Amino acid sequence: MTYLQKPKLHHPALPKNKLGFTRRDYEGAISTLCAGCGHDSISAAIIQACFELDLPPHRIAKLSGIGCSSKTPTYFLGASHGFNSVHGRMPSVLTGANLANRELVYLGVSGDGDSASIGLGQFAHALRRGVNMMYIVENNGVYGLTKGQFSATADAGSTSKRGAENRDSPIDLVAMALQLGATFVARSFSGDKQQLVPLLKAAILHEGAAFIDCISPCVAFNNHPGSTKSFDYVRAHNAALNRLDIMIDREEITAEYAPGETHPVALHDGSRIMLRKVAVEHDVHDKLAAMSILQQRHAAGEIVTGLLYLAEKPDDLHAHLNTIDRPFNALAEPDLCPGSGPLAKFNAANR
Amino acid sequence: MPQPLVRTNDFVIKFANVNGSGSASANQLFAKSILRMGVPISPRNIFPSNIQGLPTWYEVRVSGEGWLGARGGVDLMAAMNPQTWDKDVAAIEPGGYLFYDFTKPLPASKFRTDITVIGMPLMEICNREYSDPRQRQLFKNIIYVGALAALLDMDIKEVEKLVGEQFAGKDKLIAPNIKALHMGRDYALANFKCPIGLRVQRSDAVGDRIFVDGNNAAALGAVYGGATVCAWYPITPSSSVAEAFTSHCRRYRTDKETGKARYAIVQAEDELASIGMVIGASWNGARAFTATSGPGISLMQEFLGLAYFAEVPSVIFNVQRGGPSTGMPTRTQQSDVLSCAYASHGDTKHVMLFPEDPAECFEFGALAFDLADRLQTPIFVMLDLDIGMNERLCAPFKWDDTRRYDRGKVMTHDELEAGTDFGRYLDVDGDGIPYRTYPGTHPTRGSFFTRGTSRDRYARYTEEAGPYVDNMERLLRKFATAAKLVPAAIRKDAPRATRFGVIFYGSTSPAMSEALSILGRDGMDLDALRVRSFPFGAEVAEFIAAHERVFVVEQNRDAQLRTLLINELEIDPKKFVRVLQFDGTPITARFISGAIGERVTSANVLPLRKAVT
Repeated sequence: MTYLQKPKLHHPALPKNKLGFTRRDYEGAISTLCAGCGHDSISAAIIQACFELDLPPHRIAKLSGIGCSSKTPTYFLGASHGFNSVHGRMPSVLTGANLANRELVYLGVSGDGDSASIGLGQFAHALRRGVNMMYIVENNGVYGLTKGQFSATADAGSTSKRGAENRDSPIDLVAMALQLGATFVARSFSGDKQQLVPLLKAAILHEGAAFIDCISPCVAFNNHPGSTKSFDYVRAHNAALNRLDIMIDREEITAEYAPGETHPVALHDGSRIMLRKVAVEHDVHDKLAAMSILQQRHAAGEIVTGLLYLAEKPDDLHAHLNTIDRPFNALAEPDLCPGSGPLAKFNAANR
Repeated sequence: MPQPLVRTNDFVIKFANVNGSGSASANQLFAKSILRMGVPISPRNIFPSNIQGLPTWYEVRVSGEGWLGARGGVDLMAAMNPQTWDKDVAAIEPGGYLFYDFTKPLPASKFRTDITVIGMPLMEICNREYSDPRQRQLFKNIIYVGALAALLDMDIKEVEKLVGEQFAGKDKLIAPNIKALHMGRDYALANFKCPIGLRVQRSDAVGDRIFVDGNNAAALGAVYGGATVCAWYPITPSSSVAEAFTSHCRRYRTDKETGKARYAIVQAEDELASIGMVIGASWNGARAFTATSGPGISLMQEFLGLAYFAEVPSVIFNVQRGGPSTGMPTRTQQSDVLSCAYASHGDTKHVMLFPEDPAECFEFGALAFDLADRLQTPIFVMLDLDIGMNERLCAPFKWDDTRRYDRGKVMTHDELEAGTDFGRYLDVDGDGIPYRTYPGTHPTRGSFFTRGTSRDRYARYTEEAGPYVDNMERLLRKFATAAKLVPAAIRKDAPRATRFGVIFYGSTSPAMSEALSILGRDGMDLDALRVRSFPFGAEVAEFIAAHERVFVVEQNRDAQLRTLLINELEIDPKKFVRVLQFDGTPITARFISGAIGERVTSANVLPLRKAVT
């Protein structure tokens, strides 16, 4: 709905970040999703995270597939380049984009239909290749744009709005991401901004494949009593492992954290995460523990949220391929074309 | 018995081997030795979809006149595979020769009386000389090359020299190979009348031409064309494009100071991911390509529509094989013409280039990236197995060091800063091509949202009829611009005026040249047009208009280029005569000249009633 224009006048007292941008500078077009959609809360959290990280909007590329979640990049970061690709294939497009220019920040935005059904293969391979990106699945367990069919993340036993019961086993993308080699794995809830914004910031700063599965209730088709992805259900069953605060550029750790409550974790770029433990002890560097706690809590009917796993020494696809530091899209003839001399030698060697 | 064939520098020899027996390098050694004697050859691998055990053939056409197309028929069969013996013996031309291993005797019924049979105890010699089974196998191949060198009067010095080059760096292998070579040669000289009727005589008909396969050439073209991202999925017969690109890049694109790569090659999980990565990289300003074959093209359809509609440059090397479905994966065809021309759902048209040989594979391989950037659309380079996977004699590759890449219409930071109007889908000068920006160029200007859904000239989402039609019509203007930029068709007229024309493309080229020569000798003149790209330039329509009857020679069942000509140029289908070979073997001059000759002769004979009245 391009006819809906947001006012461009900003209140002069709006806080600015280090680049002089206000939060409004990170917004996009007005959302055309349903009122109350969890996805809009995620968009707001992405806006908040990028604003707080002082990211220049034009150095962010936001890529998506097809579906309600994949529409959302239009509704945030209006000054960034966006790519709404084909259904389930965002990961490959993002991989190619990342290869062409390693200097941009890549946000991959997808949904449960996009990543767990049609795009399960691309989801898997992008994570195992270690593409440096923040990959978020806005997970509502349902196909919204086509009006309410189950997705592959819908829990067995949950019912659709019309009362049909899903008998198939759900795909847990977090468990898969852990197994596939993602170096940052988290789950959150669109209704828990306090947890989500710092997770997004940490995932963006993470230099490797960072995956966030964000439960995001669908108010139109999956917010009824039989759903396990409704606001009420997730609030009642949320087993938060931790909450985060991000300390960028070695800022002083403020005194608001009482000793014993927080645990600093270093990110690869020199920033630190302050983890505030909530319920249980969990070492975020322990992948086996993450897999185990995920299964245990699932068996207990709970949804584990928070940072589950962070590799101590992450790397990425560029490291695997040993590519040069300069972006490929800045290379020109002298870097790329061997010229007539080597060609003459090639000819001579093939006679 | 017919007279044994007597031919100098004009015969076909075929090796029947077992796949995985190490025969390929020995056969290549044989072929290249003839080339080094200055005599043109055109070898072809005929291989199964198999790694070990199934039959495989290597056919070498020796042609002093320089005909490089497949000829058909076999004059000398080196029958090394008992599995295919009967078929191989039956394939020999009357008066031809059969060379075989007679260690195990065969009944007389297994032979023909109209050919010359040369039996040599290859296995016996090997068993005597070597104890290791693998060595017995490998040296057996070299021994028969030595024997054939004697039988065909080849210069053994050239063979020895090539052995030296082949094993350069592994020098201790040279002496045993030379020894095996001479073992075979000495046996032949002592036991057979050498040479036989078929002979290789030193000539200087090769010139400065090079001997290389099309996939390798296309990959080198991609290096010269500035490709930095290659995403691919293994599929016969295209895999060697990516593999050659890898080895060329290691050599030419490794940063000398840091040892780091100025390229990225990703073996994707499937063809969908391959083309997705190509589109992502190209969208972001790198030059990127994939290499695939028919089934891969089928899988890429949705993405190709996105690249067409969202106008993302991309290069696809399609090394065609036999279809449909899995078809004949190791046989050649030109059967993806239509599936590429109109790839994807909705109204789409794509640019295709048809290289005739490795030299054009190199040239078009580099050019494709300029065209993709200039036209902001997918470019298909249409090879096939025949030119892709066989070494072919061709003109040496050329590169002009003053040449600069055409990156097309890319709006720069400074232009944006100066306030230049930027509309991603805005046609500013009537050629249908809009400006694009690379993501991250300018802090506040030039960003846009790329999508497969409809949008207006400024890339704003809309489902309005007007902007959609406006966009689709601009894409047609862009396609018309493409017709002016792609390599023009090449016309070769007969010495005398004629009402007959013939259109052909791609790997049909050498067989067509020879067929034209045969037809001309028989008094049948045809003007010929080699189509090198799609969309068709004005010269194609002019050629068709200038002739009463136009033969269209293709290697597919459904006359796909003919369909494209009828559809795009709006020409009466009756004007075109199909000449189609689609059995998976490379098209031959014998076939083309036969098919055309028959039709021309009958067209020249007046109908009886007309003659009477």
